[in-house]
Amino acid sequence: MLEKNFTVISDTGIHARPATQLVQTAGRFSSDIQMEYKGRKVNLKSIMGVMALAVGKGGEIKIIIEGNDEQAAMEELQDMLQREGLAE
Amino acid sequence: MSFIQGVAASEGIAIAKAFRLEHNKLIIEKRHITNIDNEIEKFQKAIMFAADELEQIRDHSRAEAGEDHAAIFDAHLLVLTDPELIGPVKDKITTEKLNAEYAIKEITNQYIVSLSNSENEYMRERAADIRDVASRIQSHLLGIQVVNPSMIAEDVIIITQNLTPSDAAMLNPKVIKGVVTNVGGRTSHSAFIAKSMNIPAVVGTKTAFEDIENGDFVILDGHKGLVHINPTPELIDEYEANRLKAEEEIAQLAWLTNEKTISNDGQDYTVVGNIGNVEEANDVIRNGGEGIGLFRTEFLFMGRKQLPSEQEQFEAYKAVLQALNGKPVVVRTLDIGGDKELPYLKLSKEMNPFLGFRGIRFCLGEQSILRKQLRALIRASAFGKLKIMFPMVAVIEEFRQGKAMFEEEKNKLIEEGVKVGDIGLGMMVEIPSTALMIESFAKEVDFFSIGTNDLIQYTLAADRLNEQVSYLYQPYHPAILRLIQKVINAAHKEGKEVAICGDMAGNEVAIPLLVGMGLDEFSVHSSSIIKTRAHIRQLSKKEIEKMLDDLLSLPNAVEIGDALEKFSYKRNI
Repeated sequence: MLEKNFTVISDTGIHARPATQLVQTAGRFSSDIQMEYKGRKVNLKSIMGVMALAVGKGGEIKIIIEGNDEQAAMEELQDMLQREGLAE
Repeated sequence: MSFIQGVAASEGIAIAKAFRLEHNKLIIEKRHITNIDNEIEKFQKAIMFAADELEQIRDHSRAEAGEDHAAIFDAHLLVLTDPELIGPVKDKITTEKLNAEYAIKEITNQYIVSLSNSENEYMRERAADIRDVASRIQSHLLGIQVVNPSMIAEDVIIITQNLTPSDAAMLNPKVIKGVVTNVGGRTSHSAFIAKSMNIPAVVGTKTAFEDIENGDFVILDGHKGLVHINPTPELIDEYEANRLKAEEEIAQLAWLTNEKTISNDGQDYTVVGNIGNVEEANDVIRNGGEGIGLFRTEFLFMGRKQLPSEQEQFEAYKAVLQALNGKPVVVRTLDIGGDKELPYLKLSKEMNPFLGFRGIRFCLGEQSILRKQLRALIRASAFGKLKIMFPMVAVIEEFRQGKAMFEEEKNKLIEEGVKVGDIGLGMMVEIPSTALMIESFAKEVDFFSIGTNDLIQYTLAADRLNEQVSYLYQPYHPAILRLIQKVINAAHKEGKEVAICGDMAGNEVAIPLLVGMGLDEFSVHSSSIIKTRAHIRQLSKKEIEKMLDDLLSLPNAVEIGDALEKFSYKRNI
């Protein structure tokens, strides 16, 4: 199992478009991928779940991945978050 | 063939097939099913249909409105494959034997409720997205077609109960040749939208939606307010000939495009255009407008799911100012409320919306919206000649508060090092209390713009959307004309200019009267600019001035209208 913390830096938080990108990216892997924010955990492959977390700017999120492609999934997600200026 | 009489709301003739725009209300009932496999199959099919539709809408949106607008439909598509939707819905069907549409409602509601309670406004709007997708799937389950006006691809005349602003934002003016509605009057929002898009319209037909079938051939006569259903070939020929003749007449006046607007006796006037976006600003320039007299900013806020950002607004204002290349642009701050709603703001329903929380009242209540708009405007002011006006001012404190906010934002921006142009600050005169107190206002504003549509509705206490009192919508009523004259006189005493941006400014019968009163600026639709200029150039202010006192002492609108028509008639001989 892999875990990593991020701080959301984009002004509008994880709004519709980044949520879409996150879910699309997570959906490419077979591992279980979850995102935790303020003590609530959701399936990162669920757009409704990710949007419902309503993560704003400055939000501390944790991504938790478990499965046989967990390494690649974490790298890809981290890459995506940083490339889009969403989180660091 | 047959015909229906309605109210002529937007001039022009349209000949095309009918397209009924229908909104179905979804009623989701809780049922217990017996055939689980069958229900799951139905659910999967509905998801498939919804996905096909959303892909089409996304592609259409990408082509018409750009990547930014299309992106939201990618999120919608993801909902359709969301494991937290598909799994739990199937579970509910299997274990609780619930019908699919009700299961969808139960599952999505959890998310909708939690998003609706978010403090972040942007997140609250995501609730609407989930609701949209849920009702799309549910519509397919219930066998109800979801209409999306942006998907109409052939030339049609829209037949609808009532055209809402959000429908209008989805309409593609290239293929929508005309609009026919059951309800509404000349000044209803349907009529305004049609006029602003320069689409012929007949409103208030009461029965068109019931009488006209999809695919019927329709002639819409926006001059007489007639709708012919499946007309004879002779009638079609006649209308085609008339349409060509009207086009020729306009072509003959084309030489006036770059001429000044001077009356026969040498008085200067200005003819400017009413717009809602930069495309319309270009139409105004092409038609020889001397500026923009009314930029309705509501359209930037409509047909979307959230408030436009300061940057988006800045770009829109800048584009219009640049298009006008130094000619003045009067921007009206957000005039929401009344019959213009923004669903995403979730404002409470009011008993009397026209007398309620609208115009500057709303903006002073929701200051962050007005401040953001003012900032965007002030930032754009460096790119042209900007004037800003507040709508629906009833008492002087409202103007003062708006002005104070404007000054604060301007000073902040100057401190931030932003280049700011010279900005005139004015207001609309739409409420009788303002017109009666105009001398006090005239000392504090830079200019006035009279919104005659609302001024008539408030002075005669007649809801302009209520057909039963539409006989009271009387532009030539002496009460209205006296108020207009009072505003012009008081403004001129303080050296301030007055415009009219309502229907009256382009009305052939009213123009002589307004020229006589010394109205400075006529703000009309781009298609009326040349006609209005041609008209003013034939008139003599001094000649009309002499008749004014007599006209305004007539007891009612009918007699004034008759006298004015006689005057126009004489002019035409």
